[in-house]
Amino acid sequence: MDVFLQVLANGIMLGGLFAIVSVGLTLIFGIVKVVNFAHGEFLMIGMYLTYLAVTGLGMHPFAALILVVPVLFLMGALTQRLLIQPLLAAGDHHIQIFATVGLSTALINLALLVFGADIANTPPHGLRMPVEIGPVRVLVGQVVILGVAAALVGALQLFLARTRTGRAIRAVAQNRAAAELMGIDVDRLYALTFGIGAACVGTAAVLIAPLYPTSPNSGTYFVLIAFVVVVLGGLGSIRGAFAGAILIGLIDSFTGFYVSSDMREVAVFGVFLAILILRPSGLFGRQLRQSHVSP
Amino acid sequence: MLTLERVHAGYGATTILHEVSLAVGTGEVVTIIGANGAGKTTTLRTIAGLVRPTAGSITFEGQDVTGLTGHQMVDRGVTLIPEGRQLFPEMTVRENLLMGAYRRAARERQGETLDEVLALFPRVRERLDQNAGSLSGGEQQMVAIARGMMARPKLLMFDEPSLGLAPIVVAQVFEVVDRIVKTGATVLIVEQNVFHTLKVADRGYVLENGEIVLTDAAAALLDNDHVRRAYLGI
Repeated sequence: MDVFLQVLANGIMLGGLFAIVSVGLTLIFGIVKVVNFAHGEFLMIGMYLTYLAVTGLGMHPFAALILVVPVLFLMGALTQRLLIQPLLAAGDHHIQIFATVGLSTALINLALLVFGADIANTPPHGLRMPVEIGPVRVLVGQVVILGVAAALVGALQLFLARTRTGRAIRAVAQNRAAAELMGIDVDRLYALTFGIGAACVGTAAVLIAPLYPTSPNSGTYFVLIAFVVVVLGGLGSIRGAFAGAILIGLIDSFTGFYVSSDMREVAVFGVFLAILILRPSGLFGRQLRQSHVSP
Repeated sequence: MLTLERVHAGYGATTILHEVSLAVGTGEVVTIIGANGAGKTTTLRTIAGLVRPTAGSITFEGQDVTGLTGHQMVDRGVTLIPEGRQLFPEMTVRENLLMGAYRRAARERQGETLDEVLALFPRVRERLDQNAGSLSGGEQQMVAIARGMMARPKLLMFDEPSLGLAPIVVAQVFEVVDRIVKTGATVLIVEQNVFHTLKVADRGYVLENGEIVLTDAAAALLDNDHVRRAYLGI
């Protein structure tokens, strides 16, 4: 029984990790309708910035938030303004995919140039210490990630549902032309949304860096799972992404323990393919044609 | 209030409007008549700042507004109630109305405006907390008009307010438009029901293939042979 609970706890912790990486991706997709393939590289850059802040400036990893989050916000907003927006005018969605894939490759190679291929380990400052909750044992850093992921989902939902800017963001997602007629500066809100999405993954980066090694390819692994999570949760649904992340974490954990650790990704992507075939709108999503962010 | 001077506009390489000149005076109700594809919607979208003129000029309240964006035009006091209602389906009716008062000037008076608008639309008041997408077509059109009024526009433009509605609902929509006209609002309206609109309007323009071919007082257009044959089917 204790083993089962431990595997369950591991799955939930892993789910929290997937959730915090995916939230920003689903927000950007739901509003701007752009699949940001450079999302993982935003994460990787955030992890390097955290590494630099902790080792170079002697900051506690959490204190690095005040540095990393604004930088990532700016990166996201600029990506939208300088790369995506000119392409939105071109009207072809395939071009945006190529553009973000290109950005992803460029950022990986830039990181290789600047940081080299060596792995950077961010000092954990106690975040890798185990903590016992009843019969299960998890890492302090994992609990923090799960808590922040849940808080981030809640905060984003409140922001979208209750604030004037949040309402405007939803309006743009639901009917861009009508939003323009209301006097909403759509381009500005797109940049803001992209920035918020990138800031979310910046938050993820700060929390992940002390637990996982950082390398130019760090983003690639996480973002692949993030895409699975976002599709599973229903494209654009923030709550759905959180639930999808926990589900994927559990599948990963249980398959790894009860079947074989080699089978983990087979199970995760098997479920992914099954969902795509059986329920393409995702477990929690509505019809695909009306992609939007539900609060 | 509004003057278009030899405006050319279109989408991409396609020019739809050719040398369109028209004017709307303060308190006037002006209609644009034309067949499908004549450029009526493009004219309204150009005035609203959603389509950039490629030549010519647009003046609003004595100021050159040529090439301003949609949100800049809303700030100036120009609001377009678009064809097909274009509500935010997953938002409540109340949220839709509040989006109408999004810009600063309108937002500062949104409570007061909401009361005024709801007095005009009792049916909308009953639906405030429902999702806009769950309403009937007629109710959605009412919300679209109410949302447009939330901006407290100086110039209110209607694009085909009765399109796609059942006849009994069409009558209700016209009643609302008439009531708005009676408040002294400045209105530019495009409407397939030419007969009814000409009765309400002060003046009209006839648009054919992107060009203004005729303009006159509304009453005179009702008697005009060409208008009667081509647009009134008489």
